[in-house]
Amino acid sequence: MPTIEVGGKNYETDEEGYLINLGEWNEEVGAYLAIEEKVEMTPSHWEVVNFLREYYNDYQIAPAIRVLTKAIGKKLGAEKGNSKYLYELFPYGPAKQACKIAGLPKPTGCI
Amino acid sequence: MGAEMTEATGGIDFEDEEASGVVKKFMFVNRKAPYGTIYALEALEVVLISAAFDQDVSLAFLDDGVYQIIKGQHTKAIDVKNFSPTYRALEGYDIEKLYVEKESLDQRGLTEDDLLVDVQVMSSAEMAKMMSEQDIVISF
Repeated sequence: MPTIEVGGKNYETDEEGYLINLGEWNEEVGAYLAIEEKVEMTPSHWEVVNFLREYYNDYQIAPAIRVLTKAIGKKLGAEKGNSKYLYELFPYGPAKQACKIAGLPKPTGCI
Repeated sequence: MGAEMTEATGGIDFEDEEASGVVKKFMFVNRKAPYGTIYALEALEVVLISAAFDQDVSLAFLDDGVYQIIKGQHTKAIDVKNFSPTYRALEGYDIEKLYVEKESLDQRGLTEDDLLVDVQVMSSAEMAKMMSEQDIVISF
């Protein structure tokens, strides 16, 4: 199984680079995964990543993009609850990239 | 790693996909206990995926299937993931038709208060009628 090394510690990932044990996640690992995804993290990026971790904690799944945009709109305001905003932050797919950086599995229903 | 692959498959957004027009009534019937077999978890995944296709989706819980949505599930001792919180996410996926057979609850000494999501409890006869009105019934 592939591993990544962050701060002298090894973390297992799947073939696509998603973290295997989400309990191992910390911001340093998130920042490392972001670099691999070529995403430059700003407070707006972290806001989405933290939102996803909370969502996962509540529901034990990574949300589909449609569900993510709706939930973000509800929590963080309509100007953020749309795919344009999220794609600007995570150009290769918010659900996919943001979930990976958040240490979550790939979203169910993500094709 | 990854970058090329995500680029190739990224950017798919269900929101922007036009529905093909035909909306069918799908009912997913859950009859088995949540753990011990893979049926409950598989059904839940299929339901979540089906939500992307703008169909009329409902879930029915009968027999031991009612245990899938019971409150206070603890799975540590059997070393499997407790996926019951995911049923509470269904609302966010616009899946709000959850039907539970009253007889199945009664036989197990359960009531609606024991369940972790809002459901519509109905008699066996009402459930049968509901099933007969579906285009597609998939049983797990």
